[in-house]
Amino acid sequence: MQADERLALADDEQMAFEVPDVLVDRATHYCPGCHHGIAHRLVAEVLEEMGVVDDTICVASIGCSVFIYNYLAVDSVEAPHGRAPAVATGVKRGRTDKIVFTYQGDGDLASIGLAEVMHAANRGERITIVFVNNTVYGMTGGQMAPTTLIGQKTTTCPGGRCRDREGMPIRMAEIIAGLGGVAYSARASLDSVKNIRAAKKAVRKAFDVQQQGLGFGFVELLSGCPTNWRMDAVKANTRIREEMIPYFPLGVYKDVTEGEGVC
Amino acid sequence: MALYQDVIMAGFGGQGVMLIGNLLAYAGMNAGLNVTYIPVYGPEMRGGTANCTVVVSDEDIGSPIIQRPKSLIVMNQPSLDKFQPRLEDGGVQVLNSSLVDASQAEARVRTVAVPANDIADKLGNTKMANMVALGAYVRATGVVDLEVVKKSLTSVISAHYSHLIPKNAEALQAGFDHAG
Amino acid sequence: MPHNTTDTGTPERIFIKGNEAIAHGALAAGCRCYFGYPITPQNDIPEMMSYALPDAGGEFVQAESEVASANMLLGAAAAGIRALTSSSSPGISLMQEAISYMAGSELPGVIVNMNRGGPGLGDIGPSQGDYFQSVKGGGHGDYKLLVLAPATCQECYDMMVQAFDLAFKYRNPVMVLGDAIVGQMKEPVTPWKPAAVPATEAADWRLEGAKGRKPRLLKSLFLEDGALAGQNRHLQAKYAAMQAEAKAESFLTEDAELIVVAYGSIGRIAKSAIRKLRAQGHKVGLVRPQTLFPFPGPLLRGLAEQGKRFLTIEHNCGQMVEDVRLSIRGIVDSAFYGHMPGEMPGSDDFLAPILDAMGGK
Repeated sequence: MQADERLALADDEQMAFEVPDVLVDRATHYCPGCHHGIAHRLVAEVLEEMGVVDDTICVASIGCSVFIYNYLAVDSVEAPHGRAPAVATGVKRGRTDKIVFTYQGDGDLASIGLAEVMHAANRGERITIVFVNNTVYGMTGGQMAPTTLIGQKTTTCPGGRCRDREGMPIRMAEIIAGLGGVAYSARASLDSVKNIRAAKKAVRKAFDVQQQGLGFGFVELLSGCPTNWRMDAVKANTRIREEMIPYFPLGVYKDVTEGEGVC
Repeated sequence: MALYQDVIMAGFGGQGVMLIGNLLAYAGMNAGLNVTYIPVYGPEMRGGTANCTVVVSDEDIGSPIIQRPKSLIVMNQPSLDKFQPRLEDGGVQVLNSSLVDASQAEARVRTVAVPANDIADKLGNTKMANMVALGAYVRATGVVDLEVVKKSLTSVISAHYSHLIPKNAEALQAGFDHAG
Repeated sequence: MPHNTTDTGTPERIFIKGNEAIAHGALAAGCRCYFGYPITPQNDIPEMMSYALPDAGGEFVQAESEVASANMLLGAAAAGIRALTSSSSPGISLMQEAISYMAGSELPGVIVNMNRGGPGLGDIGPSQGDYFQSVKGGGHGDYKLLVLAPATCQECYDMMVQAFDLAFKYRNPVMVLGDAIVGQMKEPVTPWKPAAVPATEAADWRLEGAKGRKPRLLKSLFLEDGALAGQNRHLQAKYAAMQAEAKAESFLTEDAELIVVAYGSIGRIAKSAIRKLRAQGHKVGLVRPQTLFPFPGPLLRGLAEQGKRFLTIEHNCGQMVEDVRLSIRGIVDSAFYGHMPGEMPGSDDFLAPILDAMGGK
């Protein structure tokens, strides 16, 4: 009971949330209002609830979340930019008895790593991918990502993303759902308590299909980046609801446990 | 000097030069010798002939690639045009005189002309001309014992075609006898 | 080394291509995973692994690219698994990113390069144009691979066993650098069974879930003050220790006035040239480095100190000759003959350069 050690409860208080043991008790380097912390926590809760923490190997990617290994107490390896699904393939093929997941941002997964994620998905690698989409390159300072919305200003599209010049934002959950080896593909959002609860179910399902050997599990989490969006955390959450969700609809795009193509 | 022989075998694709190259190499190995086999490779692939090089020696083999061979098996005319000029002075070449104009053989080398296609025809299958030529080559060079070559047939002819082994052995023998 | 034997008691020899010997050697060495992408002239390796590895209880993956192959190798290595990828020059270029990460993260793995002609798409014939890429690192950062250079099909087999052992001994990627000649030629090979890989191999660092211990992290990112410098010092000390693994074949060097230095296929072709010249009374010998990193520099230096002269022969435009010159610097220089990639080399090509180098005395 890590949480009890940290907090002394008053007589009229009761514990509503407990911090998962697998979540390391330290302040993160993430900016205020960033959703990586919530996404990490969801992964931590799911791994604990599944009882697989001691059998899990995390593949960290390049971006703000490269330091996930500082916050999740699981065995981890660092992958080159975009290559986490290939590295995870190697880990899983070497140790088919382990739970293997990657945690990747939109630049890493949807731009430089598109080939790796598509083919790992198509082969039906028994791995889980947690894809954090915040429509921007965070670590390098807010450049345009493949998921940057039309009109969104970034440091490399200062006039706003233009369809004719930069193309349309890429919808990964739908693309992944179209590939043969995929057991589960869904998109959820971390902007509200309600959506976070739904997101946890999606994360759980993306791990469940791996554990059951059904195929590739993919969950896209719409997230905020207040720093690079140049707004406060509340406005960032509003932006997710008003601008991102309309273009990136939430839902389950594939679930072989429920029959295919649920949307 | 130590036992050493090298040979380039050349012909049209389909004449089975790679097969007899492998067969000679297996025979050398089965005779306890060192051998190398290398099929035509790289730029030479465009030369219009299929060919391979086999080296047999009782010491460790240096180059598997031979520029001026000590011997040749020449199954068709383009191969004679291409390889005879490279043959070492005093070297030996087996010519398939069914398809090669043996009158073009140079005096500086020893030539054994064998009508390999005709002999193979008489044995029942033109495709065995390669075996006839190899039999003649074994006689002309003495590089390995013919019986070892015959015994090595099982290494290059798959089990599915094993019923053809006696006929191929016969073809080897016919070439050997003709070169006598 | 224990051999399979025939009923007559002599070791059993199998007649196979160098590429096949690579695959046989990898299987004997306990390779459990193969990742690769097709490219000539090494396709016999993935083709054989695709059926032999599953039969041996392992995993074969035809990857979407060489980029992915090398990263899969990294992943399997992180799990402490003996894993292999193979390719040829253009594909090896694509692997450099992952190889750098493996070196930085100290992950063991074996990479086979059947060197073909370059630059660019080049051709599918033999070449030694990848010496620099293999021996000097190849990707970004200061790192080294152990590089083994087989000249015979038997060495293809033996060096694969050695490659896996060295990779795990030093926690470092190992490259086996052949070419289209040694890959495509056939020779008798005597297979032998090395000692089984102990279950405890890599047990102190591999990832397998953090049951009963602290979580492990394999990484090459070192941002804390002084951390990267520390890691680089550690790596450099490791590379220096690898010098103990340097190995070369010496042929008729004792009384030689001229030492030809040549590796791989070119080394054995040079041997034929040397035999011809010896028969004519020329005192020439051969050093054939079997490890390119570590380079057998001390051996060459010892020969230089005896007053011998040097000629480096390569199937490229001058790469290993730099290491030869560094090895004997201050004593003597090395002449150089480079056979042009795109042209098939034969021993006759080397006669005049050797005589030239001897005539300069």
